[in-house]
Amino acid sequence: MGGRVAIIGVGQSAFVRGYPGSIRELAFEAFREAMEDAKLEAKDIDASIVASAPEYDRQRSPAGVIAEYLGLIPQPTCYVETVCSSSTTGVIMAYSMIKAGLYDVVAVIGFQKMSEISSMEVQERMGRGADIQWESPFGTMMPAYYAMYARAYMAEHGLTLEDLAAVRVKAATYGQINPKAVYRKAVTMQDFTDPESRLAAPVASPLRVGDCCANADGSSCVILASEERARAVCEKPVWILGVGSAAEAVTMTGRPDLTQGLRVAVEAAQKAYKMAGLGPKEIDVAEVHDCFTIAEIMAYENLGFAKPGEGKELIRSKETYKEGSIPVNVDGGLLSKGHPIGATGGSQVRTIVLQLRGEAGEMQVPKAEIGLVHNIGGVGLYGNVIIMGR
Amino acid sequence: MGKEKTEDTRFSRFGVVSFTAMSKVNDFIDYLEQGKLMGTKCKGCGKAFFPPRADCYACLGSEMEWFEVKGKGRLLSFTKLSYAPVGFEKELPYTLGLLDFGDYKVFGWVSKEIPEEELEVGMEMVPKVVKLEGGNFIYEFSRA
Repeated sequence: MGGRVAIIGVGQSAFVRGYPGSIRELAFEAFREAMEDAKLEAKDIDASIVASAPEYDRQRSPAGVIAEYLGLIPQPTCYVETVCSSSTTGVIMAYSMIKAGLYDVVAVIGFQKMSEISSMEVQERMGRGADIQWESPFGTMMPAYYAMYARAYMAEHGLTLEDLAAVRVKAATYGQINPKAVYRKAVTMQDFTDPESRLAAPVASPLRVGDCCANADGSSCVILASEERARAVCEKPVWILGVGSAAEAVTMTGRPDLTQGLRVAVEAAQKAYKMAGLGPKEIDVAEVHDCFTIAEIMAYENLGFAKPGEGKELIRSKETYKEGSIPVNVDGGLLSKGHPIGATGGSQVRTIVLQLRGEAGEMQVPKAEIGLVHNIGGVGLYGNVIIMGR
Repeated sequence: MGKEKTEDTRFSRFGVVSFTAMSKVNDFIDYLEQGKLMGTKCKGCGKAFFPPRADCYACLGSEMEWFEVKGKGRLLSFTKLSYAPVGFEKELPYTLGLLDFGDYKVFGWVSKEIPEEELEVGMEMVPKVVKLEGGNFIYEFSRA
């Protein structure tokens, strides 16, 4: 087996509502930024992996169309999908291909144009976001599933609606200083108590509008390279130290204890920590999949930042703010940065890479040396954890 | 002159909107029609499944027998929806719940007769089959 694998280039489009272009043009925005970052030309990329959630795409098999537009042919390309974790699945596949010695440089392009289809079509697809044979016939939606986790968790551990609101307030703190975030406004605790506020409106009890992430159009690009190539072309390589993945039952009936968060996150984190030879205490900055506020609290525990049931203490004590002991989602997270499904994981990786290089600007966590990405597909259906170091 | 092939699409009668027409466990729908909520049990290794399965992943067998979901379950969680996907709008607001029976769990509706304030995680409930307008079947949970 070869040496280490590095990330040598990262890029992200602005996350926006209603991107005024086609999916290939959207993908190009992140690709250009990553290629300029890596100082590479298309011929230097040995293979590409394209990721999205296909239910939002009109284009069938988008990998070929995007590879052509990015100038990445005749090199091989393929498409990968694990819903919201598609692009970190792509990163882990690229890591494996390089580690196996098959390629030296692989680009992972994640994209989603959620506005590609009408809101009516979105509503229709939302109903099929679960097990269509056994649960969708009851009228399920993504927020309802996370709401069920929230309800069970709150009953068991004394988590409050204020704690959930506090997660959103933190996200908005950083969304305001992230020029690529879709939601740039501040959020206060009052926004959750004022009956006139849109953020306080119920979606699926106990979750409110403010507990749910912002949909967006966007793209991300991560370029990985073998140790030899990385050393030759990159001044500040960020090394992949550990990766872990897991899968879970689609149905709620197949899930273990709802009060313990997501099993995929626990499994993936344990594998990644073991591979990296590191533990949660050594993580300086983390990006977690906060598609809903409850998801961030569960992630604190599933990643070992807090003991089971004690995740709420981290947000109450503000330890996950930039100045705290374990800064989490200091780019606004999915809640404020936005969640263009197939682009999200790559955007999380980009944030950590910039942090470890010391290039995160206003969002920079001082002396960040080890970073972690936690990216979840579906309602804990798929989970990826990636640990990186400089 | 071949006979016209008839398709067994009983499963299209499951729930408010069914996304599946055919399944090897189509008999599930006949049982619902009889007011029975049924799971399957593997004849080979004895593993019980709800929702029912035609095949056992534990021993790879496909010999199954039906069993009835009986008695009380414990409410593990619930959520009342203010938004719904296409096809469910007129049902709003409705509440989804998950009942624990020990060996298996049942996902379904919580009866609209129970106000949300009276629902509590941990309470005992029983599932009941309900025939919807239009002839489809669903099950919902009531107080035990």
